[in-house]
Amino acid sequence: MMRSTLSVFALCAAALPGLAAADPVKVGLLLTLSGPPAVLGEHARDGALLALKKLDGKLGGEAAEFLVTDAEGKPDIAAQKARRLVESDGADVVIGPIFSNIMAAIAGPVTEGGAFLLSPNAGPSVFAGEGCNPDIFVVSYQNDQPDQVMGEYASGAGYGSVVLIAPNYQAGMDHLGGFKRTYDGDITAELMTQLGQLDYSAELAQIAAYQPDAVYAFLPGGMGVNFVKQYQQAGLSGIPMMSSFTTDETTLPAMQDAALGMLSSGSWSPDLDVPGNAEFVDDFIAEYGRVPASYAAYAYDAVMLLDTAIAAAGTEDRDALREALRTVDFPSLRGKFSFGANQFPVQDFYLTEVVQRADGAYATSAKELVTADYVDAYADACTAE
Amino acid sequence: MANLFLLQLLNGAQFGILLFLVAAGLTLVFGIMDFINLAHGVLYMLGAYLMAMFALETGSFWLGLLLALATTLVVGLVLEWLVFRRLYDRPHLDQVLATFALMLILSEGVKILWGSAPLNVAMPELLSGSIPLAGPLRYPVYRIAIIVAGLATAAGLWWLIARTRAGMLLRAGASNRPMVAALGTDISRLFLLVFALGAMLAGFAGALVSPVLSVDPGMGDSILILTFVVIVIGGVGSVKGAFAGALLVGIVDTVGRIFGPIWLKLVMDPAAATQAGRVLAPMLVYLLMAAVLSWRPNGLFGRPS
Repeated sequence: MMRSTLSVFALCAAALPGLAAADPVKVGLLLTLSGPPAVLGEHARDGALLALKKLDGKLGGEAAEFLVTDAEGKPDIAAQKARRLVESDGADVVIGPIFSNIMAAIAGPVTEGGAFLLSPNAGPSVFAGEGCNPDIFVVSYQNDQPDQVMGEYASGAGYGSVVLIAPNYQAGMDHLGGFKRTYDGDITAELMTQLGQLDYSAELAQIAAYQPDAVYAFLPGGMGVNFVKQYQQAGLSGIPMMSSFTTDETTLPAMQDAALGMLSSGSWSPDLDVPGNAEFVDDFIAEYGRVPASYAAYAYDAVMLLDTAIAAAGTEDRDALREALRTVDFPSLRGKFSFGANQFPVQDFYLTEVVQRADGAYATSAKELVTADYVDAYADACTAE
Repeated sequence: MANLFLLQLLNGAQFGILLFLVAAGLTLVFGIMDFINLAHGVLYMLGAYLMAMFALETGSFWLGLLLALATTLVVGLVLEWLVFRRLYDRPHLDQVLATFALMLILSEGVKILWGSAPLNVAMPELLSGSIPLAGPLRYPVYRIAIIVAGLATAAGLWWLIARTRAGMLLRAGASNRPMVAALGTDISRLFLLVFALGAMLAGFAGALVSPVLSVDPGMGDSILILTFVVIVIGGVGSVKGAFAGALLVGIVDTVGRIFGPIWLKLVMDPAAATQAGRVLAPMLVYLLMAAVLSWRPNGLFGRPS
């Protein structure tokens, strides 16, 4: 007993001169882990935990503790939980959320409480332009980018006419808007469906009648699974299908062959040829039994960024840590990675295609580079320094 | 255009038949036992999950379907014996509370057992592919199979209710429960059978749609509300009404959301028509329900109470 107490003291004394060193670095993981979209949060959580395991439970050499918290998909509850994480539990950093509406709710409580917010997925435009915040780092992408990249690809691929389909709510209109911003061909029709729609046979019949050069869809979660399965069953496989947030590793296990060859875009894929990526994917599969989706990779990147920044600047001096987060060069699963002026990533975007891996699982595969060093459309409006 | 309209009618009918499969069990339980079962949608989900599991384990769609049916029947019996039996004499609010709790428990249980990621059920080789209709329009074989299965179920239920002794007791029990009990029929055994049959029908619907729809923890909730609309339109307790209501809802929903904007364009400018069509589409089935209820307050085939 005596000896172990002494050795803890010795460790503290040796590791850091400051007294606060006895406290571990606390990181809140605030992700939606219940309800139908829970699988997205689970991927992010597992990616972050895998990163911490790889770092032997330490961030920047300091002992670290992850506080996994369910945002429940409800902005008001997420805001309460964010406040509790930062004010009562003493979290220095919060990694989250998955959904943009949650981001708007937790940004205030987290940053005003004196913690940094690292987003592993949500990248709403409100925080990218005038509303940019020096304490918010979006590690994933800006929300509009995947759609704009697909629009660019569709124009370049010579698709002269496209049918768009999305659920009739704000995010659906935003994503189609992103596509339309960069696509220069004809929009044959814009099919706005009900949120949570089960049966797409009527829309598929319309698509069959229009015979467009391609289809562009934003149908996340179960809607996408319904649509993609029925797309193939309706015999439309001959019409190229492009999408965002529809065919990814969270939905592919349910789509399987029906999704093969479908196109999407992203800044990461499981087979991206970057040092450490293959190892990450193999470790993730070994640990959790499924192919990681981008949510997992971005959360992993967020933890690696945090680790490298803390190693460089420690956690005592908040300004120094912020500067380190902004500028430090960390081993990203996307290869080169840097933040723009608004602390959103400047990164390469690829066209990805659904393939079957050698082990039989389904995954997205980076096919070609569409835009390099892509800066989002809002970065110029960010003046906070 | 005429071809497309016919095809959309077919799509609507097929969606309606899908709804009928779920609604049939609910209307039996609601009408005959006067019992509001919010957990019906979860039984539908359970059917799909069991199907996903058994189809994967056995490698056969048909064997999986058989096992899923048998298991949902057993689940129905167990739930009736364990939970529902205690609720028959309670007010509707208690029933709603208890079955809502059951819905949460079973949803969470499904998530613990199978995870929250959507699952896949492979379509049987025999029923995959599509057949050509007019021009570029095609129709999936599996959807024809759903229509056939739905019609067969409807016919089977009609035969059961109209032509068998059990059906006669069901009808008698629905109209005057104390009298049937006084005549020496074991009403609780009858209810057990009705409930188990309802559960199995929901499970059958879930298993049948699993190759077409996403098998995920939210699938039960998304269909439950539409199912209630169907049985209210058809008249609570009437299987015939559930069939007519389901077809009506399926066709109005499908045809309305596609042709609504087109027809609106005849009377308004295109942009406004598109916008109005999008706003109206999700409301159509509820407008239909309101219209039917104002015309026939007990639903199409409901008996006046």
